[in-house]
Amino acid sequence: MQRLILIAVPYTWLLALFLVPFLIVFKISLSDVELAIPPYTPTLSDGIVPFFKALDFENFAFLASDDLYWKAYLSSLRIALISTFLTLLVGYPMAYAMARAPEEWRPTLMMLVILPFWTSFLIRVYAWMGILSQEGFLNQFLLWTGLISEPLTILNTTTAVYIGIVYTYLPFMILPIFAALDRLDGSLIEAAEDLGCSRFQAFWLVTIPLSKNGIVAGSFLVFIPALGEFVIPSLLGGSGTLMIGKVLWEEFFNNRDWPVASAVAVILLLILIIPIVLFQRNQQRQAEAEQ
Amino acid sequence: MKRLSWFNTTSLTLGFAFLYLPMIILVIYSFNESKLVTVWAGFSTKWYGELLQNEAFLDAAWVTLKVAVLSSTLATVLGTMAAYVLVRGGRFMGRTVFSGMIYAPLVMPEVITGLSLLLLFIGIGLDRGVLTIVLAHTTFAMCYVSVVVSSRLLTFDRSLEEAALDLGCTGFEAFRLVTLPIIAPAVISGWLLAFTLSLDDLVIASFTAGPSATTLPIKIFSAVRLGVSPEINALSTLMIAIVTFGVISASLVSKRNSLRQQRDEQAAARAE
Repeated sequence: MQRLILIAVPYTWLLALFLVPFLIVFKISLSDVELAIPPYTPTLSDGIVPFFKALDFENFAFLASDDLYWKAYLSSLRIALISTFLTLLVGYPMAYAMARAPEEWRPTLMMLVILPFWTSFLIRVYAWMGILSQEGFLNQFLLWTGLISEPLTILNTTTAVYIGIVYTYLPFMILPIFAALDRLDGSLIEAAEDLGCSRFQAFWLVTIPLSKNGIVAGSFLVFIPALGEFVIPSLLGGSGTLMIGKVLWEEFFNNRDWPVASAVAVILLLILIIPIVLFQRNQQRQAEAEQ
Repeated sequence: MKRLSWFNTTSLTLGFAFLYLPMIILVIYSFNESKLVTVWAGFSTKWYGELLQNEAFLDAAWVTLKVAVLSSTLATVLGTMAAYVLVRGGRFMGRTVFSGMIYAPLVMPEVITGLSLLLLFIGIGLDRGVLTIVLAHTTFAMCYVSVVVSSRLLTFDRSLEEAALDLGCTGFEAFRLVTLPIIAPAVISGWLLAFTLSLDDLVIASFTAGPSATTLPIKIFSAVRLGVSPEINALSTLMIAIVTFGVISASLVSKRNSLRQQRDEQAAARAE
């Protein structure tokens, strides 16, 4: 009896507030838009046969016919991929240096990496608005050093979105790589060097392959949330930065086209399934390797 | 002790500068006299004064705090239950669906979670307000809690529980007297995580909040869309200060506890 309650309570909660809402999104993505409240035609209210008759894929056909959506999906994928790569470029050297740091520094270094994660995401993105704007800190600094003579336009461009994603998701990249490098047996690198490898060769042939799991885990942890990101493109990106999270938001709040917004959500989820499954598999393999 | 090479020192210095300079600049400019956020016009705390007079922000802060306390507490209870079921529950019908529902919200884009919950609330005719935000936050936060707690449950010596059961405890007593004290640190960090996630959340709250309840992130976001403002800088500084203080004191407490534990173990070893 106790066991039943224990299972039933969280189970019901998640069914009611996670799975069912999701099915509703799916259903609304297949219904028609209407100028009413709620602004769509409910399809399930009059039985199962009319339900299947009323289903239509015109929202998906609309998504396929309009360039905007294709471009938004592709550009989200591109932005997420490039920023994941940039985060890896910034994060790997940091994780490497942390793993090489004296033992007694490591807890402090770890805390310094984790601390920004506890700070509000919105505030961390906002901080860059003041730095990247036309008369912002970065431009003032560059003008002062004489490197540039005209202020650069960075805020409201895709470059600012890259900076924002790298900045906010950096801890997610550093921590798994650090965990992998921390476990790495230093004598393997010494052995490689004794056997005639240069330091760079030893790094490329021994350290990188042995930290592969950390690199893969970190990359997924950045790529997956970056793909559906909304706050960063809407605060730092400009009108030229198309990202699907922003499109969904605008479709919902500005155009009030719920069926199309739901269809956008369903396709975004379909795109996300591949990296999520790959990520799960990587985590599982790693867990098995550890046992 | 080995020393860091120049390369490692440089990458650490640059990396941490990148992580911290933006926030440091934000904090410095919150004490700027000028309304123009990019021109330094002398030290002043007037923006903090204006912030404390701003009813709209104070109201939003109060709503946010209420939502965070309620949802993180609910999420901790539900998440701990879910973790216990996952690790100790054995086999039951629909276990795969259950563990899928625990892990899926962690990777679900917030825009989708928000949209789907809003459609549910409208579908069942629930008025949007504090209650709907609490329900939404509890749902995604309980998954984080259950991940944190289940990792602790996995490393936990099961024979302790079995001993309690052998000595006549009921299942619930064994949980309360043996399991809970041991997993307490994980439960507490789960609560803290749920609390910060709720304080932070903009997207899900925007979908599920109604006109009667606005949270602080929603307020900040709509102010920030118009550009940088010194009042928001002051507010951000306050929030950064609170978080920094909280994280540092939590880590000091846990460090002291582990030192004490080490000392106790050494004392016990000597006594033998």
